[in-house]
Amino acid sequence: MSRAGRWKEAEIKKDWTIPKLFLQSAKTYWDKKVAMREKKFGIWVPITWKEYYENVKRIALGMVSLGLERGNKVAMIGDNRPEALWAEMATMCVGGVGIWLFQDSLIDEVQYIINHSDAKIMVGEGQEEVDKSLMIKDRCPNLKTMIWDDPKGMRDYNDSSLISLSEVMRIGGKLDEREPGFFEDMILKGKGDDVCLLFYTSGTTALPKGALLTHYNMLTMGLNLMRVDPYLETDDFVSYLPFAWIGEQMMSISCGIQAGMTINFPEEPETAQENIREIGPHVMFAPPRVYEQMVRNVQVKYLDATWSKRKTYELAMKIGYHVADLKFSKRPTPWYWKVLNTLADLGVHAKLKDHLGLSRIRYTYTGGAAMGPDHFRFFHALGVNLKQIYGQTEIGGISVLHRDDDIKFDTVGKPIPETEVKITPEGEIISKSPSVFQGYYKMPEETAKALRDGWLYSGDTGFIDSEGHLVVFDRTKDVMTLSDGTKFAPQYLETRLKFSPYIKDVWAIGDHKPYVASVICIDYGVVGKWAEDRNIAYTSYSELSQMAQVYGLIQKEIAQMNRDLPALARIKRFVNLYKEFDADDDELTRTRKLRRSFVEDRYKDIVNGLYSDADNIHMDTTITYENGRVARINTDLKVMKVPE
Amino acid sequence: MTVTHEVLLKVEHLHMAFGAVQALLNISFEVKKGEIFSIIGPNGAGKTVLLNCINGLYHPQKGKIYFEGKEITGLRPHRRARLGIARTFQKIELFKGATVLDNIRLGRHIHLKSGLISGSIYLGKTAREEIEHRDFIEREIIDLLEIESIRDKTVGMLPYGLQKRVELARALALNPKIILLDEPLAGLNLEEVEDMARFILDVNEEKRWQTTCVLVEHDMGVVMDISHRVMALNFGARIAEGLPPEVQNNPTVIKAYLGEAEDLYVTRR
Repeated sequence: MSRAGRWKEAEIKKDWTIPKLFLQSAKTYWDKKVAMREKKFGIWVPITWKEYYENVKRIALGMVSLGLERGNKVAMIGDNRPEALWAEMATMCVGGVGIWLFQDSLIDEVQYIINHSDAKIMVGEGQEEVDKSLMIKDRCPNLKTMIWDDPKGMRDYNDSSLISLSEVMRIGGKLDEREPGFFEDMILKGKGDDVCLLFYTSGTTALPKGALLTHYNMLTMGLNLMRVDPYLETDDFVSYLPFAWIGEQMMSISCGIQAGMTINFPEEPETAQENIREIGPHVMFAPPRVYEQMVRNVQVKYLDATWSKRKTYELAMKIGYHVADLKFSKRPTPWYWKVLNTLADLGVHAKLKDHLGLSRIRYTYTGGAAMGPDHFRFFHALGVNLKQIYGQTEIGGISVLHRDDDIKFDTVGKPIPETEVKITPEGEIISKSPSVFQGYYKMPEETAKALRDGWLYSGDTGFIDSEGHLVVFDRTKDVMTLSDGTKFAPQYLETRLKFSPYIKDVWAIGDHKPYVASVICIDYGVVGKWAEDRNIAYTSYSELSQMAQVYGLIQKEIAQMNRDLPALARIKRFVNLYKEFDADDDELTRTRKLRRSFVEDRYKDIVNGLYSDADNIHMDTTITYENGRVARINTDLKVMKVPE
Repeated sequence: MTVTHEVLLKVEHLHMAFGAVQALLNISFEVKKGEIFSIIGPNGAGKTVLLNCINGLYHPQKGKIYFEGKEITGLRPHRRARLGIARTFQKIELFKGATVLDNIRLGRHIHLKSGLISGSIYLGKTAREEIEHRDFIEREIIDLLEIESIRDKTVGMLPYGLQKRVELARALALNPKIILLDEPLAGLNLEEVEDMARFILDVNEEKRWQTTCVLVEHDMGVVMDISHRVMALNFGARIAEGLPPEVQNNPTVIKAYLGEAEDLYVTRR
């Protein structure tokens, strides 16, 4: 376990809270250090700890003036921006409980969470969030106030429940003048075992469940992570993934406040990739889809490059892969390979890393879903220290992590300090640490199922290998039994196939079935470009996905992957779906995990078709657009065999 | 923005013929400050010709045009631009090889005071001036039209819908008093239509802009929704003018669209 000298480890006492640490850091750094930056109107605007403190103080006192009390809930929704973090910190300072909603949540999801959590105040960004709050207001009796901060399009809104953030801050400022010291007294009243976050998990099966996390849970989680990978106060972090994902809370709140890192906010969600490149963060944590997209970008650029560039890239990657494999197998790298790798880095890897925003990265993590080994090797070939984090929201998001010198791409690593991981006789992964949550809000039965004698039951199947690494097989209920009775993880097939730039999503089917089949969602951008290059005309995703040439392309990709698989696990038949899987259609969770039981039911015609002799499957169904509009789809899907 | 009684643009007895074709026939109308004034009519009715006369690309044979009470009939287009008349084109007229930001900057050119020499040295006042203008473009235009992610992209590489948005951005860079929009919704998909309609409303209503708009458009749903007044042309002649519902139900207008009767009521929503 490495420890950098510059990182000072705080002792997390039971009575420590996130706001107390915030207060301490603000007082230490004050106007001498930048706490966060936001790109605004084309320029990176720094915000010092002093400004951070002043803003949080005024928002917190403003919320108190609006009637927020200790233990009350505040729901937040919107893109990543400083105001979002201020509102969350302000809620915690008052002693309230923060709830985060995904910014693209549909109205029913918002209503469910607001009602279930009894949230009193909602903090949103602008018109879109305000509209959502106005639509649910009458059906959410507890919701009293909606705070917004972006005035764009808000000129005609005069509902009495609406108040702008600047007005909240003005009221808060007034209260501070009348009662100076009130804010800090409020913070000092907080206790470590107070609940600070009510975190709704995306849930691949049922309604979202609200996990109650205390300050102590959150702080020990960050502390134990940083005991493995210390972050420095000089580090930069870019916050662009949803705050409603525990991984973003881990970095921006828990580690951010303990390490004193600078948190950077992109200008708009669409500019995030560009802004990451401008900042060059030292630490990054993202779900696999972010890395998959990076790989796809490189692959597409490669397909488009000139012959000499392609050859240079191929050579450099060959060297990179060889050196990475030596590292994975813990064999020493001979000096001549080191020389070659340095050359490859100078010529290719360094430039690629720069384009991906990874030039300065010290630790980058993937988590939240499974990542394929090919993606993993790709980043290590470039010399990027990509590691796996494993954990549930219910344990603060992390229990297991790769160590720098001990990375195996088919495992998720070893438990972090103060954390125990065991496998039950049934094969379920269970864990115990100071970060284990307090239970699900208003769901005692669910709590009893997940939490037994202080052990968190994950619902994942896995084992611990001879070197003490945890291997996660799949969700227990997703593990499939092949025709000969062997168990197989569908996500293994799916992540492998996603390494193809043409394939965006895969759903592998085969539980108690004579063979394995799959439903493919092509990547519209990449396959579209591929079609244009071959003068194949198309007008829409559904048309493109059903073209014979595209079927041929996907067939080749599957056949190639099949070669590395045991005979029974090979994909025999597949269809290209006429649309992408979408969270708005409930096919994916908001963190983009496939909701298997849902799609099995929704597409049972396809499943039946894949296991019949039919060459065509007739589909008659509906799709939902983001604004709630529904369209009917009536189409035929081709079924294709993959040759042996 | 609330519509005032103050007349911003006045067109009197305008005639324009191309050979034997009468493109405009004795057209008179007034646009009040703060209005969204829409001009509708079947293809070839003379809508674009009328816009071209207002911003000076065409010179009418007869008739007068007044802007803020002053006659502008004889002024060259760039002089009219200086007075605060901006426009967008039906067929995109951007510099395809330049970036979005450079295209917008060109629209700002009229407000630059530094000359060629001080501009090439880029010192003191010139630098300050450029920073001020960039600040204006970023705060008031790029943020409003949500084009942060494409500011450094080459215009020719952008999808059509975004190019249309850049057209509007360049027109706004002039900081105009009136903006002539020639079919801003043509060729856009449903989502882009909604965005563009919202931008037009923002430009008209946001306190910072409150710009008067003259809109030529075929999407009747949007025209009837956002316009304060509508004028209908047919074969160069004015056939109706009034509040949107009045014009929509006017028998002459319906007749003018006969054969395209459905068109009038076609909306993409």
